[in-house]
Amino acid sequence: MPALDLRTIDGIHAALASGVSARDVCRESLARIDAADGRLHAFNFVARDAAMARAATVDASAGGAPLRGVPVALKDNLCTRGVPTTASSRILRDYVPPYDATVVTRLTAAGAVIVGKTNCDEFAMGSSTENSGFGPSRNPWDPERTPGGSSGGSAVAVAAGCVPVALGSDTGGSIRQPAALCGLVGLKPTYGRVSRYGLLAFGSSLDQIGPITWSVRDAARVLNVIAGADPADATAVGGPVPDYTAALDGRLDGLRLGVPRHLLQEGVDPEVGDLFDAAVERLRAGGASVRDVELPHARYAIPVYYLVATAEASSNLARYDGVRFGHRSAHSDTLRHMYTRTRDEGFGPEVKRRIMLGTYVLSAGYYDAYYLKAQQVRTLIRGDYDRAFTDVDMVLMPTTPTAAFRLGDKVDDPLQMYLADVFTVSANLSGLPALSVPCGFTAAGLPVGLQLTGRMFDEAALLRAGDAYERMTMWRDVRQPPSP
Amino acid sequence: MPDVLTREEVERIAALASLELTGEEIETFTRQLAGILEYARQVQQIDTTGVAPTSHGVRTPPIDRADEPRPSLDRAEVLAVAPDPARDAGLFRVPRVIG
Repeated sequence: MPALDLRTIDGIHAALASGVSARDVCRESLARIDAADGRLHAFNFVARDAAMARAATVDASAGGAPLRGVPVALKDNLCTRGVPTTASSRILRDYVPPYDATVVTRLTAAGAVIVGKTNCDEFAMGSSTENSGFGPSRNPWDPERTPGGSSGGSAVAVAAGCVPVALGSDTGGSIRQPAALCGLVGLKPTYGRVSRYGLLAFGSSLDQIGPITWSVRDAARVLNVIAGADPADATAVGGPVPDYTAALDGRLDGLRLGVPRHLLQEGVDPEVGDLFDAAVERLRAGGASVRDVELPHARYAIPVYYLVATAEASSNLARYDGVRFGHRSAHSDTLRHMYTRTRDEGFGPEVKRRIMLGTYVLSAGYYDAYYLKAQQVRTLIRGDYDRAFTDVDMVLMPTTPTAAFRLGDKVDDPLQMYLADVFTVSANLSGLPALSVPCGFTAAGLPVGLQLTGRMFDEAALLRAGDAYERMTMWRDVRQPPSP
Repeated sequence: MPDVLTREEVERIAALASLELTGEEIETFTRQLAGILEYARQVQQIDTTGVAPTSHGVRTPPIDRADEPRPSLDRAEVLAVAPDPARDAGLFRVPRVIG
């Protein structure tokens, strides 16, 4: 059998058309996980038997499903019936959900084969996977560096060639940032575009599930499958889901792009700034028009985000009390003591820190000064984008201020780690869709991402522009991560 | 509002959050949370007179569904993953609350 191309859905479908079975594809995916994972730790759990059984079912079924035979990795905060789901937390180390997340049901119905659950920062709280209860993931481009987070394992699984598609969740950049740092495409859909049922909640007003892939086209294909209303999530918006691949016509003419230059004056690594400028120039040369836009309140996005997200987290994580599922402390004799011991033993330091911060900002005497104030500034941040979108169709920024940083560099300074999210959190606070696409490499060979933020429910415009840029540049063919 | 977060305040918050923290954790969190709050305090400089708060990203009304009974998760399957299930009674068991 010739070497299988596991980078794209087209590659897999071409193999299937030439007589390769879904079981062959699944076996190859599992073999690559075996080869890479000891070094990179992309996975918390490899669902070997379930995946092979599923692939056999796919082989026995009629063709035509959009993700037929495609191996998919899932961030380990997405519930999978009968398959462990830990959110990389010791408090859920042995948890096996009795139900599937809606996105899992939809992927499976579309013919996908779930091969495993990927490592992440505990409960998706972090930007490097170093907050995982089970050890960090490593970046295939340089294993001394972080793949980003929190969906770092998902990005590693794709970048290392194990799967063409992984799902992540994005509360403040957790899909886009690891995609950028691993040379991949990452899409955070509009809040309400994809059902959150079965996603272990972190910040419920911010969380969205989305794909990490090598190509914009594959991101569009996955969004086609996972988007749409769901009776189990009242925030999942109804109405028809467009065929997002229909938007991929390669055209940039007439597209109006905005660049908030004032946000990029400081804190951006010069190499990242140069690659960003070159990407903007490329889009202009391709037919788009570019102008400056003002987002006057965007500089408050990080403090607003860490007030809002931690408040929501402190409430959401109250459910982990040792009563109904997950870990229960063996060293407790009263109910109260059982709660506190269970949570002390089960949660890692960053999760405790955020629960503490969130509890503080919601507590009597501080609510108005922190939480309510943050929600008001959130309105102003969103208003800035609304105003910008009267003049432009999307806003461009670097996805991250730097390329992948070294493991260990920011672990002792939570505030420095939070600042890694400076360009990504506004989209979550505003509910807007945002796409990160590769835009080149630093001199050291590390990938850098370009972020496009669009209007509510206008993923099609982002995917069209991202795909057109990808056709002009094809960064994924310029360089590959070094082989293991 | 006090400018500096005190150790006592961190202990009070930990109790509210049902977290049992070690002395070392309390010390670290007192320092780190004070730093984060000092940074976050910049939002208080912004004039938000008359600005309505935003609590979520949805701009359309929430989706209603018909109020009809539907199957929920199977009780036996849910109890099967509980730390201390009382399967016959269909309940979760917890340490004694009333002496």
